[in-house]
Amino acid sequence: MAVKKMGLKQKYAHLTRGLDWETSYQKMDDVFPYDQFEGIKITDWSKWEDPFRLTMDAYWKFQAEKERKLYAVIDAFAQNNGQLNVSDARYINVLKLFLTGVSPLEYQAHRGFAFTGRHMRGVGPRIAAQMQSLDELRHFQTQAHTISHYNKFFDGIAEFQHMHDRVWYLSVPKSFFDDARAAGPFEFMIAIGFAFEYVLTNLLFVPFMSGAAYNGDMSTVTFGFSAQSDESRHMTLGIEVIKFLLEQHPDNLPIVQKWVDKWFWRGFKVLGLVAMMMDYMLPKKVMSWKEAWEIYFTEAGGSLFTDLERYGLKVPKYADVATEMAEHISHQNWAVFYQYTHAAAFHTWTPDKEHLDWLSEKYPNTFDKYYRPRWEMWAKMDEEGKRFYNMALPQLCQTCQIPMAYTEPGDPTQIAFRCTEWNGEMYHFCSDGCKDIFDDEPEKYAQSWLPVHQIFQGNCGGPTVPDVLNWYRLNVGADNMDYVGSPDEQVWNSWKGKAPAEAAE
Amino acid sequence: MTVEIKTIDFEPKRQTFGHVARRIGEGKPATRYQEAVLDVQATANFHYKPLWEPEFWQYDEGKTKVVMEDWYKPLDPRQFYYATYNISRANMNQSNERNFTFVEDKGLLEKLPQETKDVLINRLIPVRHLHWGANMNMSEICQRGYGTAVTSPCIFSAGDHLGMAQIIGRIGLELDGQTGDGLETAKTAWMNDASWQGIRKLIEDTLVLKDWFELFVAQTLGVNAIVFDYIYNGQDDAFGAASLPISMLTEFVSDWSKDEVKWSDNVIKVVAAESAGNKATVSEWAKKWIAAAQDALTPFAGADAAKAQADKVRDKAKKLGLEI
Repeated sequence: MAVKKMGLKQKYAHLTRGLDWETSYQKMDDVFPYDQFEGIKITDWSKWEDPFRLTMDAYWKFQAEKERKLYAVIDAFAQNNGQLNVSDARYINVLKLFLTGVSPLEYQAHRGFAFTGRHMRGVGPRIAAQMQSLDELRHFQTQAHTISHYNKFFDGIAEFQHMHDRVWYLSVPKSFFDDARAAGPFEFMIAIGFAFEYVLTNLLFVPFMSGAAYNGDMSTVTFGFSAQSDESRHMTLGIEVIKFLLEQHPDNLPIVQKWVDKWFWRGFKVLGLVAMMMDYMLPKKVMSWKEAWEIYFTEAGGSLFTDLERYGLKVPKYADVATEMAEHISHQNWAVFYQYTHAAAFHTWTPDKEHLDWLSEKYPNTFDKYYRPRWEMWAKMDEEGKRFYNMALPQLCQTCQIPMAYTEPGDPTQIAFRCTEWNGEMYHFCSDGCKDIFDDEPEKYAQSWLPVHQIFQGNCGGPTVPDVLNWYRLNVGADNMDYVGSPDEQVWNSWKGKAPAEAAE
Repeated sequence: MTVEIKTIDFEPKRQTFGHVARRIGEGKPATRYQEAVLDVQATANFHYKPLWEPEFWQYDEGKTKVVMEDWYKPLDPRQFYYATYNISRANMNQSNERNFTFVEDKGLLEKLPQETKDVLINRLIPVRHLHWGANMNMSEICQRGYGTAVTSPCIFSAGDHLGMAQIIGRIGLELDGQTGDGLETAKTAWMNDASWQGIRKLIEDTLVLKDWFELFVAQTLGVNAIVFDYIYNGQDDAFGAASLPISMLTEFVSDWSKDEVKWSDNVIKVVAAESAGNKATVSEWAKKWIAAAQDALTPFAGADAAKAQADKVRDKAKKLGLEI
């Protein structure tokens, strides 16, 4: 007897959509209490197009195969002391930034997608979100396992979990994700699923993984290759979410546009750390931040937003400002860390001549004019035994929590300040974008746990810098300060048979 | 004879991350499970109260009534992290997949008389909806719970329930000649047949629970130990000739339940043993949800079978240190 085969799509629908039911012993609104308050209108959840049709058996099979391969490489890497093959020990600082700043976000994404995977009313997006929740747990755990071997030999990695909750610059990525986690389920899906995973992932995940590839870090780059297919699934989900919300009801457009504007700007500020990593921290450069921004935001993002125009969605507000900032942001950020190297859990250095020349070439409009002279001056001061440290605690932006070190659009010689009075208090911002975000939800952003305020309020271990560093579990003299003269440099030189460089005073 | 390859030894500065070393002792190498799970969730200095539940932080010990001095006490005896979880499930499923091929090749379901197929469609296939409800509960515990030691196995369990719902769905499609009609009939039974209504009400009642550890108790001691156990292991007589092929096709479920219970029992045991207060609270929940599951199962299995099933779980709960 011939069995009439149903199509894959139909079969998948039976095995997923068919599972759900309209509850009657409890009200649907009690079973799904969180999917109304944001004002998003969904008229028909069944219109959701499954962006990928993966049943759990297939998921386990693919993922298990990938994990077997990945862990075989991680084991081989450790057994063969793969850390010896990186371009230079300065590179390890990229991993420190990644593990302290980014990996905990993967974990937050895991829990956040478990939330949306439970609380969106439609079964299709719920299943996709649950799979992403599993994937994000994978990414956190495999990153910890990948970088674990480096932790055995280099400083600044061991306390990543403790630091993420406390250290001043790590409140930038942490508050970004806390913001998304504190939002409703739809905003979370736009913030993380669309803005972060779709629009900006090529500017975060890809630069770190390409950096690993260029700098001989086999362990991390193997993770990157292994996670690529997960990332493409996440991007597909992100784009499907935004299309679905915009197709469901015209009233959704202004809400979604506001979220796209907000999360683009939030994401752009966090990516400043990546910009600095690409331009200053990679011994072997992949491309400049400005080039990456042109390719992955201006061009790829441009065609994305052209595609979304038919729904009435516009390019995020202040995209032009972000593009202008691409000429400056990495230089301004690395300068902040250079000045506060005593309070950072990774090493800094002044770029050498070859590096300065590369920056001049990549940033013809700005580098020689504004930034090269500063690096040359600081290098000279260092030579003279007057290495510049900034001992004053910086004012932080209430929204993005980055020190107020960014310049005015159109005038790179002037620091940008914005402020708002709310509820009898004055709040400060680094940009119009950050001020707008605050003004729209002041009750939310007035709550920010600002590291500098917290230090002054006595909540961070004590009044002095050493007290605070101790509270961070920052191992002074090993985790912080310049690379030259660090224990990291020492161990690297001993492996490579090089004489230690002259330590800076 | 041994062969020894000469390698260069590099003296490590430390064996593992600080938060792991503080738990297992300095200078000791950590397992992958330990590095993947211990102290992974953020615990301090959150920035904003969630718009959807401003009375709590997104990670907040106050979301359950039970109190633990350390939520990393209830560890997973299986030591699952993502890789070991997926590899385990891929292996279990491979074996189940061979059984599907065997049953299909021999036509073991196809050849069944229609009345037996109808029994399966009415008394087995609707359980996929119960798995879906269980999937929602385990996702909920993952998102609401506290501490990666407890929450990460919950998203694994959610994945398991989705996988099992899909195995049952495939059995349904085998029974209805791949038309989907059997799945529709089974759904109607789930929604309307008197025998399923207790079970549907039970799972719907758990879907609105706010205390995540109460939900954990309701799901594992009520839904899993009483209802799922009966549906998969208590119906051989009703399934008749189909009971063998069905046990083959649900081999995954039987492997899963042995595996899951090792972990979930341990969580309950450790949490109850923490304090007299926890013991009283967890015992209260266990009593309540075992009784609710017994009531739920009664229309499906009959009063005697439901009571026998529930008594078995009451005994087990006592062994976990609860007062029932």
